[in-house]
Amino acid sequence: MTVTFKVNGKSHTVDVADDTPLLWVLRDHLDLKGTKFGCGIGQCGSCTVHINGAPIRSCQRRVSTLAGADITTIEGLSADGTHPLQRAWEELDVPQCGYCQAGQLMSASALLAKTPKPTDAEIDTAMNGNICRCTTYLRIRAAIHRAAEMKENAK
Amino acid sequence: MTTSSRLDRRNFFKVSSIIGGGIMFAAYIDTLDAATAWAAEPEGEFAPNAFIKIFPDGMVSIVAKNPEIGQGVKNMLPMIIADELDVEWKNVRVEQGMFDMLVYQNQGAGGSTATPLSWLPMRRVGAAARAMLVTAAAKTWAVPESECSTSSGVVSHSSGKKLKYQQLIDAAATVPAPDLATVKLKDPKDFRIIGTSQHGVDNHLVVTGKPLYGIDTVLPGMLYACFHKCPVFGGKVVSANVDEIKLMPGIKHAFVVDGLTPLQLNALVSGVAIVGDSWWQVQTARKKLNVTWDEGPTAAQSSAGFAAKSLELSKQPAQRSLRKDGDFDSAMKSAAKTAEGAYFYPFLSHAPLEPQNTTAHFKDGKLEIWSPTQQPQSGSHLVAASLGMKESDITLHISRSGGGFGRRLSNDYMVEAAYIAKQVPVPVKVLWTREDDIQHDFYRPAGWHYFSGGVDAAGKLVAWRDHFVSFGEGNSFAASASLNGAEFPAGFVPNLALDASVMSSGVPTGAMRAPGSNGIAFATQSFIDELAHAAGKDPVQFRLDLLANAQPVPAPAAPPPGAAPGGGGRGGGGGPRFDAARARGVVAMVAEKSGWGKATLPKGTGMGVAFHFSHMGYFAEVVQATVSKAGVLKVDKVWVVGDIGSQIINPIHAENQSQGAALDGIAQALGQEITIDKGRTVNTNLQTFPLLRMRQSCPVEVSFLKTDNPPTGLGEPALPPVIPALCNAIFAVTGKRIRSMPLSKQDLSWS
Repeated sequence: MTVTFKVNGKSHTVDVADDTPLLWVLRDHLDLKGTKFGCGIGQCGSCTVHINGAPIRSCQRRVSTLAGADITTIEGLSADGTHPLQRAWEELDVPQCGYCQAGQLMSASALLAKTPKPTDAEIDTAMNGNICRCTTYLRIRAAIHRAAEMKENAK
Repeated sequence: MTTSSRLDRRNFFKVSSIIGGGIMFAAYIDTLDAATAWAAEPEGEFAPNAFIKIFPDGMVSIVAKNPEIGQGVKNMLPMIIADELDVEWKNVRVEQGMFDMLVYQNQGAGGSTATPLSWLPMRRVGAAARAMLVTAAAKTWAVPESECSTSSGVVSHSSGKKLKYQQLIDAAATVPAPDLATVKLKDPKDFRIIGTSQHGVDNHLVVTGKPLYGIDTVLPGMLYACFHKCPVFGGKVVSANVDEIKLMPGIKHAFVVDGLTPLQLNALVSGVAIVGDSWWQVQTARKKLNVTWDEGPTAAQSSAGFAAKSLELSKQPAQRSLRKDGDFDSAMKSAAKTAEGAYFYPFLSHAPLEPQNTTAHFKDGKLEIWSPTQQPQSGSHLVAASLGMKESDITLHISRSGGGFGRRLSNDYMVEAAYIAKQVPVPVKVLWTREDDIQHDFYRPAGWHYFSGGVDAAGKLVAWRDHFVSFGEGNSFAASASLNGAEFPAGFVPNLALDASVMSSGVPTGAMRAPGSNGIAFATQSFIDELAHAAGKDPVQFRLDLLANAQPVPAPAAPPPGAAPGGGGRGGGGGPRFDAARARGVVAMVAEKSGWGKATLPKGTGMGVAFHFSHMGYFAEVVQATVSKAGVLKVDKVWVVGDIGSQIINPIHAENQSQGAALDGIAQALGQEITIDKGRTVNTNLQTFPLLRMRQSCPVEVSFLKTDNPPTGLGEPALPPVIPALCNAIFAVTGKRIRSMPLSKQDLSWS
């Protein structure tokens, strides 16, 4: 089937089987490799993207449901890689292997958009669906606080 | 091109001009210079294996030769060179070296070996290049070298004259190369990069989602493939409906692969390959696949069966003795207090978050491969041997790995991709599902330790026996399923017996982060805790006393020449490398850092301690945990103290690795277990093999005790002590001794 939607502000029309998950459309048809495959069952959060601003697991979302949707991936989180979260991630040296971090950043950015100064408990709730196999959680939490500070200071 | 070089074997150093501008220093790094005395002398060809380039714009390029799997090696090795070269780190560009055995000799990521093997050689390379630039400047100015110094990529003369390195490119290319063995190294107090925190060189690419990993590889005209194997290990395809599969949308090829004979689980096994236009179409077709399998003998095996067999073996005389000191039986009879404990740890999966994958292209008799591998050298050998090719016809690109943990020491997925690519005329990417990964791993082997021990009236450990039951055949243990006769507390107990019995198994096993140690430390340090309590001693003091009780027995012989340097990385209480003073140092320091015995903890909260020596690193850890009366466990905090020598090369990464290792251990203890039934893995995906989540993580305070020893590696040794420290904390709260993993299967309730 043919579906048209926006990814990072740009309109795309794809012709794929209607049960194809958004993840594979992004990775293999639109060549956006930042969104990662980890489990395929919505357990790990590596494939997190925003649909109309809300974080979703793209491995669980069929392309047939996406007509007219506005999708943001890690490649579109900021124009030049300077979203406060991206800067905080670099400043606190969060990544080890780095594979999960795109998904972590997409969940964290959806959190900060709704809750500009989250508590530890709010961070844990928002981020509990994103697994980091290298267990960099202490730094992820610290970097979210740091990004919240940067946003506040920029006001 | 001007060239200057030294050609004696251990001191190869070559300088040449780069066409288009710049200078390249190429060195042969002899890793035998490191603290690894057990490795054999390398044979045959040698060639430069470290490269520094200085360009006319002042930028410096350094090749990082080892695979990056999240351990930070891509920073660490170039930092060592850059410091001795005396350039600014911000002017350094790090390039990932391609796999080339002749060039780099050793490109593996495993055994926490990069630091100990490379520390001195990498320093010498940087220092030699620096020395040549100084000589070039001194010649240019016609002054003695002794009047010249360097700083931040500039040579200065005492008169105030200065030349930037890039201004010395032509002059340096004609300078005789120095002797690497005697080149002057920096005094460690003058280090300006080593010991400073430097962020991951790929961080920006990671946080902006740039293609970096094996899974991100794309080649023109590439097809996607899956490889469907028998759920029973070693099972074979009898027949499959491949003709039907070929008719499905997007499918270009479907064929049965016989696999190698005799069966090698870590090479090409029997299965069905499906190749198509997109990975989703391939997976859709796979759901319609109908295979008749010959499941083979492993179908009769199960975790329950292994447990029953282990219990049976434990009641019989051990099949063999690994070590015998003194007279264990008599010592038990005369002991004031004795204890017994049967310990068990299960199979575990590595589950790196990036599923296994490899992209390969076979063209005109040559094979080009892109693979996230920890062991490119053995991967290239395996592909050549399996496909009947010459290694010189194989080009292997090392991709960044989305986690390793030992899984990618096996190159089974690489040989699958190579084989499939050889059957089709275009590039192919083989990508596993998470289910493929969990069900076809080389698991951390399950293990059983049947302990008995005794203390004398003064509370001193006088008798220790471990009947270790494991997997193997005859006198050999299965991969990563062994116990070393030097394992602690051997060498510190006058009457000690380490015995072993094995059973055969068709379940593939392999190294997982701190192999051996990750299970052995749980069992050993928990039983030491039992004996401390039997003796009525404080668990920290009992360990310090034990470590002060070295026995005058001959140490077992070192492994024969050619044994992997630091490879197994096991502990080794009485081994030639174990330094009890260093172990005491970290135990004492972790007690101090955690406020051991001083902090007043609420009822329901307790602390446990453990230490372990592996991969040349000494780690002691304290866990504070809270257990509700209903048995709900919360890990409150971990204190980690490590002694990995005189220098922490990149502190921010060292802390990240240590925290990650401790939390990795916590994850294993909380709920991980691979269960085998009917010869196959029962677990399917992350809902049945839980990885740690943010809510379960806890603060991990990391400290290093710097001692006057060569720096050693950090990827692994921080993991083993955390599991027994946690279990000992649970005992402190509940009075329940945890002898079996994982904790999710234990009743922790108390009253």
